[in-house]
Amino acid sequence: MAEEVTRKPYERVMTMRWILRHPRYLRYMVREFSCLFIGGWTLLMVWGLTQLAEGPAAWAAFLECLKSPASIAFHVLALGFAAYHSVTWFNLTPKALPLQLGEHFVPDGVIAGAHFGAWAALSLAILSLAGAF
Amino acid sequence: MAISNKPIVWGPFAAGGTLTAFLTPALILLTLLAALGHAPDLLAYERLHALSGHWLAKLAVAGVVFLSLWSAAHRLRITCYDLGVRADTVVATIVYAGALGGTGVTVLYLARI
Amino acid sequence: MGERTVELEVLRYNPETDSEPHFQRYSVTCRDEWVVLDALNQIKETIDPTLSYRWSCHMAVCGSCGMMINKEPKLACKAFVRNYEGVIRVEPLAHFPVERDLVTVIDDFMDKLKRVRPYIIPKQVKAVADGEYRQTPAELKKFKQYSMCINCMLCYAACPEYGLIPKYIGPAAIALAHRYNQDSRDGGREQRQQEIAATEGVWDCSFVGACSEVCPEHVDPAGAIQQVKIKSTVDWYTQHLMPWLKK
Repeated sequence: MAEEVTRKPYERVMTMRWILRHPRYLRYMVREFSCLFIGGWTLLMVWGLTQLAEGPAAWAAFLECLKSPASIAFHVLALGFAAYHSVTWFNLTPKALPLQLGEHFVPDGVIAGAHFGAWAALSLAILSLAGAF
Repeated sequence: MAISNKPIVWGPFAAGGTLTAFLTPALILLTLLAALGHAPDLLAYERLHALSGHWLAKLAVAGVVFLSLWSAAHRLRITCYDLGVRADTVVATIVYAGALGGTGVTVLYLARI
Repeated sequence: MGERTVELEVLRYNPETDSEPHFQRYSVTCRDEWVVLDALNQIKETIDPTLSYRWSCHMAVCGSCGMMINKEPKLACKAFVRNYEGVIRVEPLAHFPVERDLVTVIDDFMDKLKRVRPYIIPKQVKAVADGEYRQTPAELKKFKQYSMCINCMLCYAACPEYGLIPKYIGPAAIALAHRYNQDSRDGGREQRQQEIAATEGVWDCSFVGACSEVCPEHVDPAGAIQQVKIKSTVDWYTQHLMPWLKK
């Protein structure tokens, strides 16, 4: 006859230190934080729109505000985070939208590569049409 | 368990995430150039004001603003939860209201152009 | 020559005597080609017979020996001691209650697997006399990858959302549901949606992707989850915006 064993399972508490458990969790958090910059920049543009609607003087003042050191710093960070969002998004796209042709799946690199190509082409078109160069 | 209505908020998030991935970096570059004193032609008042007058442009701007703000809001909501903030309903209300508010302001001022 | 001394720091917990777990250090003489499981077996056989842990096949197909090795979910039979420097920290798989030493309580996981109805639910009842199901290689390819899961639970240990939201049904359960949804013989997707398209189904996932990174069988549960999210979203909008469309 087997002995009765007392069970007393121990529940380990999950702390916020999970973010440091492996570099991938830190990278995930950086990716998630990109929302602050993309959202922040968009709100900045909404404010710009209100100034555009107020007239040429207001718009000129807005453009002047953009030239402040804080604005430049924000733009550089926003560009970096936005690009990181794009890179991570396109790299994950093949996982969410696999393409099966017959017995084979289109390689992830091809799907992601097509997105990166379209991103580059679209960006160049935007910069060119806007007269950036 | 019942099928969730999460798609209401997730659909625009996924669309916005895709849109911002393709569009936002190039657009940020435009305003960065302006910030550095080399504003692209498009950002001159006359050109931008004229372009924004077109109904198609207004529709596009409103759409881009909504999807950009919504996807950022949704991601911020998730991030707050990941950082231990348990009041998800409160956070969700704040972030989505912010996104809708920003969109509302956009539509209001686009109407004035 | 061919041998090395490895320091293992193992989390111990005896429910009958301990109020909480504590680490115990062991010095083990290992052969160069050993895995952490070999070191644990060496400890149990020659140093401390009270050490408890699950293992079986020793070749990464049974899924029994999942544990945290230097804070990373791994199969102990697939973690080579030569790949580690210094003290190797061995703990029970994260996000599960500890039964004893490295043995976790896996009831939650087992319940969740059952909930997704992991069996063929035929579109129409087919009598044996009507013959077998026929499936092309392409139809097999559509779900094969998701059938490779060995239920090792490394994905649950890697998933921070499962750690934060215990009710989350989790990567392996969703991948398993997806395996059947993608099977041409199956017609049970609607029933499984009740579980995986619920709030505590795919919607608790934030696409960290850690599950797919640690999966020893390359099942890619993260991919399965995103595919279910997209399909569920398309379904939702179709049903609500165009209810006249037959499914």
